[in-house]
Amino acid sequence: MVLQANNINKHFRKPVDFHVLKDINLSINNGEFVSIMGKSGCGKSTLLYILSTMDTDYEGELMIQGEKISGRTRDELSYIRNKHIGFVFQFHYLLSEFTVLENVMLPAKKLGEKSLKEIEADAMEKLRILDIESIAHNKASRISGGQKQRVAIARALINNPAIIMGDEPTGNLDSHNAQNVFSIFKKLSVEQGLSLLIVTHDLDFAKKTDRIIEMLDGRIIS
Amino acid sequence: MNSALLLGIAKKHLMTKVKQTLIAALGVTFGIGSYITLVSFMTGLNEMLDNLILNQTPHIHIYNEIEPSKKQPIASYSDFEAALNVVHSVKPKFSQTKIHNALPLLEKLNEDKRVRGALPQLNTQLFYISGPIELSGNLKGIDIMNEVSLFNFGDYIIGGSAKDLENNSSGIFLGSGVAEKMSLKIGDRVQVSTVKGGIFPLKVVGIYQSGVADLDDIQSYANITTVQRILGVPNNYITDINVKLHNIEEAPGMAKSVASQNKLKAVDIATANAQFETGTAIRNLITYAVSVTLLIVAGFGIYNILNMLIYEKMNDIAILKATGFSGKDVQFIFLSQAMIIGIAGGLLGLLIGFLLSTIIDGIPFETDALPTITTYPVHFDIWYYIIGFSFALVSTFFAGYLPSLKARKIDPVEIIRGQ
Repeated sequence: MVLQANNINKHFRKPVDFHVLKDINLSINNGEFVSIMGKSGCGKSTLLYILSTMDTDYEGELMIQGEKISGRTRDELSYIRNKHIGFVFQFHYLLSEFTVLENVMLPAKKLGEKSLKEIEADAMEKLRILDIESIAHNKASRISGGQKQRVAIARALINNPAIIMGDEPTGNLDSHNAQNVFSIFKKLSVEQGLSLLIVTHDLDFAKKTDRIIEMLDGRIIS
Repeated sequence: MNSALLLGIAKKHLMTKVKQTLIAALGVTFGIGSYITLVSFMTGLNEMLDNLILNQTPHIHIYNEIEPSKKQPIASYSDFEAALNVVHSVKPKFSQTKIHNALPLLEKLNEDKRVRGALPQLNTQLFYISGPIELSGNLKGIDIMNEVSLFNFGDYIIGGSAKDLENNSSGIFLGSGVAEKMSLKIGDRVQVSTVKGGIFPLKVVGIYQSGVADLDDIQSYANITTVQRILGVPNNYITDINVKLHNIEEAPGMAKSVASQNKLKAVDIATANAQFETGTAIRNLITYAVSVTLLIVAGFGIYNILNMLIYEKMNDIAILKATGFSGKDVQFIFLSQAMIIGIAGGLLGLLIGFLLSTIIDGIPFETDALPTITTYPVHFDIWYYIIGFSFALVSTFFAGYLPSLKARKIDPVEIIRGQ
């Protein structure tokens, strides 16, 4: 079990009290490729950010790799995100002043478990897996949208996380690139046994995943 | 490893915003540079003004004051011990103006370890005579060579030299005002007469100018033996002793003990010149007020630029936090940017301050009051540079602290979802 959530409840307190997540229970197994679907405002992104440890304002219990995460300090959570969780967002969020390679290396440098040489070799390896090693030394601001998203995936992979989380990673891409990103995820799931949790609007995308979690008005309905 | 990584990110941010970084750093440079210049120039002026008076002022001035007896004779009469005695029109006690036992006292003072030197003076009133005109004035008998070494007497000689006076037993240094009034120049003869009568011809060997016009209009100097000869007194006749100490702080205490031990009046420099301390303190206050204002303005510049930078880098901050950088790491990045700006701007400011001070130090400045000064006075002190640099660090730290704290608190979820 990579990730487990027990009885997660969340309220938005401003401008009025709003019960956005109601008694969420879910678990994700090792190597599982799971998508979360639902209409806008159903709370799926909110749930993702709680599961990602970035949002700490909730009630309930969150376990990552069997360890209880709820109630940890912010610094500990930063470390957990750094080591165990990889992120891919709808927008690519690369540091535009840095090269592609530097962007990919950054989380590993922060983790500081390997030497600079090893990190660079790892980063090149990830870029090779994603087939973008040729642009390794380009500025992050000088590459196309599809490429940026692949760089973001490489960056998410650099610390060999337990789980990759994505908030509409294909939402901003044309169908060709979206298909591309999906195949990459699928490949990672099958070949490397990586767990993935992807929030998406795209039914075609969701259908091809191992399991679909459907949400409505703050509850999981299937 | 971690801080090197964070510094690397900070550096990258600054490098891509060279113009803004430069402007922020120049703000600090301007503040520090003007602080250094101002404080060096101001203290230079202060020192000059203080020296004008203080250099020639002894740390302790010992003399015999004419005053009424503190204990009137009736107090010694036992019959009236229990009575209330009122004495009307008390007169000063008759005593000599010379210091009793002056030579042994001088010797004792000169042996004291705290004393740099104690010099005898003989002060007398006289008239400068030019035909029918009699100008009243003061003549001081001094030990000229020691006055030069202890009280910078040489700085105030505008014609002739100290040696000329030492070698001439009937020489006189006229005050510049006196010399002008009587149209006397070096080599001329002047006749002086003492209060008790008797006319003595003296040779003008030098002109003296203190810069204080009232003084220069009456004061002249001669060798102490010359004055003793004019007055017809023996060589132990000394009216004043001027003491210079190694440590000026010891003056008040020592003055007190000298006064009580020898039944003399002893005035220390702090009491005599309290107003100079006040003037110096106020001028320093103004200097620092202006400098701090400049630095605060520079601080706001840094604050503004960092704030803007943080708004621009919102996404970067969010992604850094999402990928495992803690709030502290992000704060470190922005705070170190402020400090880099502060250090670079500060160092440049020190350099600019030094250059400006050096330039000012070379500008000609001539004034009658200060015969030895030819350029604007500037005081160079390593401490100003240390203080200035610390100032730069502290102000940029505070200017960077608030924006960096904001960056630390940014919630990545809000930024990422806000898109």
